[in-house]
Amino acid sequence: MKIVVCIKQVPATGADKRYTDDLRLDRAAAEAIINPLDEYAIEQALRLVDDGAVEAVTYLSMGPEQAAEALRRALAMGGDDAVLITDPALVGADEWATARVLAAALDKLAPDVSLMGMASDDARGSLVPGAVAAMRTLPLLSYGSELKLADGEARVRRLTAAGFDWIAAPLPVVATVTDQVGEPRYASLKGIMAAKRKPLETWSLADLGLSADELKGGALTQVTDARPPEAKGPTERIENLPAAEAATKIADWLAARKLI
Amino acid sequence: MTYLPTAEHDELRAMVRELADERIAPRAAEIDANAEFPQDLRKLLAQQDLLGICFEERHGGTNLDTIGQTIVVEEIARADATTSLIPIVQKLGALPIILAGSDEQKDRYFPRLASGEWLAAFALTEAAAGSDVASNRMRATRDGDDYVLNGSKRFITHGSVADVLTVFALTDPAAGGRKGMSAFIVETDTPGFAAPRVEHKMGIRGSPTAELTFDDVRVPAANRIGADGDGFKIAMATLDRSRLGIAAQAVGIAQGALDAAIGYAADRRQFGERVIDFQGIQWMLADMATQTEAARQLTYAAAARVDANAPDLPYWTSSAKLVAGDTAMRVTTDAVQVLGGYGYITEYPVERMMRDAKITQLYEGTQQIQRLIVARQLLARAGVAKRG
Repeated sequence: MKIVVCIKQVPATGADKRYTDDLRLDRAAAEAIINPLDEYAIEQALRLVDDGAVEAVTYLSMGPEQAAEALRRALAMGGDDAVLITDPALVGADEWATARVLAAALDKLAPDVSLMGMASDDARGSLVPGAVAAMRTLPLLSYGSELKLADGEARVRRLTAAGFDWIAAPLPVVATVTDQVGEPRYASLKGIMAAKRKPLETWSLADLGLSADELKGGALTQVTDARPPEAKGPTERIENLPAAEAATKIADWLAARKLI
Repeated sequence: MTYLPTAEHDELRAMVRELADERIAPRAAEIDANAEFPQDLRKLLAQQDLLGICFEERHGGTNLDTIGQTIVVEEIARADATTSLIPIVQKLGALPIILAGSDEQKDRYFPRLASGEWLAAFALTEAAAGSDVASNRMRATRDGDDYVLNGSKRFITHGSVADVLTVFALTDPAAGGRKGMSAFIVETDTPGFAAPRVEHKMGIRGSPTAELTFDDVRVPAANRIGADGDGFKIAMATLDRSRLGIAAQAVGIAQGALDAAIGYAADRRQFGERVIDFQGIQWMLADMATQTEAARQLTYAAAARVDANAPDLPYWTSSAKLVAGDTAMRVTTDAVQVLGGYGYITEYPVERMMRDAKITQLYEGTQQIQRLIVARQLLARAGVAKRG
């Protein structure tokens, strides 16, 4: 069994995000990490390896060259090899273009499961997994708190307000998992050292048989503006008070606005 | 020789810092309050391959360079000084074997030490022999193919949780400590060995500091490290290197205190302003930062010289431990001051850091002993004849 985990390198959560003149994210300006929700997908894939259900895990990412760091960090957690798709024509690519590229790469890698996190920390579109599944005409098993493989079938456990469902589909599938999978493992020191020696290939659009024109210059959507959230006016800070007193002040504030 | 951090060192630091911030720092207050040896963190460090950093790959270690080992200790100590003793003492306990042991002894013990399955400790100090190592009294009497050990040790870090000890005892009492001491590997499940009590301490309270008793403890001659009478030399060579671990610990403690002080001062408001905007506080923080960095750089310079096998290695490691220990005490004291009244209460970490810092001026050679070592080198370099 082989799993490809799609990961994205994003700016560190809470880092100051800056934009270039043409309203693209200045990725060099902030510390870059693996999209935190992708770490759960990595963890799920590695657990299936630990259980003996999966033999090979490959990481796939589309991004600028520096995204190779995220792939190395994933390899440090475990897994066998990685592929980075990078191409100047992909600068400013939106979710549709990303899905086209990943779908082409996944068709080439042909895993039993194409596994992803449920959203990215920067754009938070959550559109890519569904688009990839549709483009590849494969079932999508989404929002799993657990992924199981057996008898040519994949199953995810999806939590609902009332309990949980098990949703199954024959392999191959596209699947996404949530943070309910459980804490992602830390990369051990030996893992970090081994990651340097694991194979990491770089593919361009040409390697996927795609052209820049086909992707219509990389984006169907267009960013028209990017600005920080507006300050909402003077805020009242309740601080340096004993807990009981602070709680009373907060309750009074809410009651004065008829919120409680 | 100039030290510059490599990309690998930065990556290593980031890895340990993440672990320390997420898993070690949240446990620090509890470990201190309960004087609890953190077995969970020992397992975590073992899992992350952080207890094998001074062992070779053939034994399952990662054989980091000395600067890398320093960084690991520093980043753990920044979160918790007690936990940082786990990798420090794992190396300290193994160093006599690393420096003077046979391949057979290394093959026998290092795989389990590198994996963290076993813990090592170093048993040299006795109740009446601290700085004055040569006045050790414990005996090791040859009996056929064995040695029989009798005596006691005091202030042995991790002595009560270790699986294997490197122990120093007189094989030739008449020759005195300098010529008549030998080193032995003792497994703690050997009959006659006991760790009857641990000390109640000012700081590093989660680290068990044990009294050890040896009552006709029998070890095979194959467990003697080096030749008969090599013990004093092995002990000194060990401390020449292990004291760098304490320097690293001290740098880490200082950094943790500085970070806590900055965080607090940036938040706390008095007289309508943030405390961190007061010049007086900025001056204090600047002094704390520059002194910590100076201690760090001296420690790395010493680490580089250890790897280069510099002939004046003791001068460097003693200098580093001296400066770093005193810096940690000063910086943590200032950190408490920056936090004011809040610095004195256990809800904030700096009072623990100050209590933890003090030990770095005391163990693995007091600051006074470090000064003697440095002075000895100064006299030698200046061509001053030894006292007649």
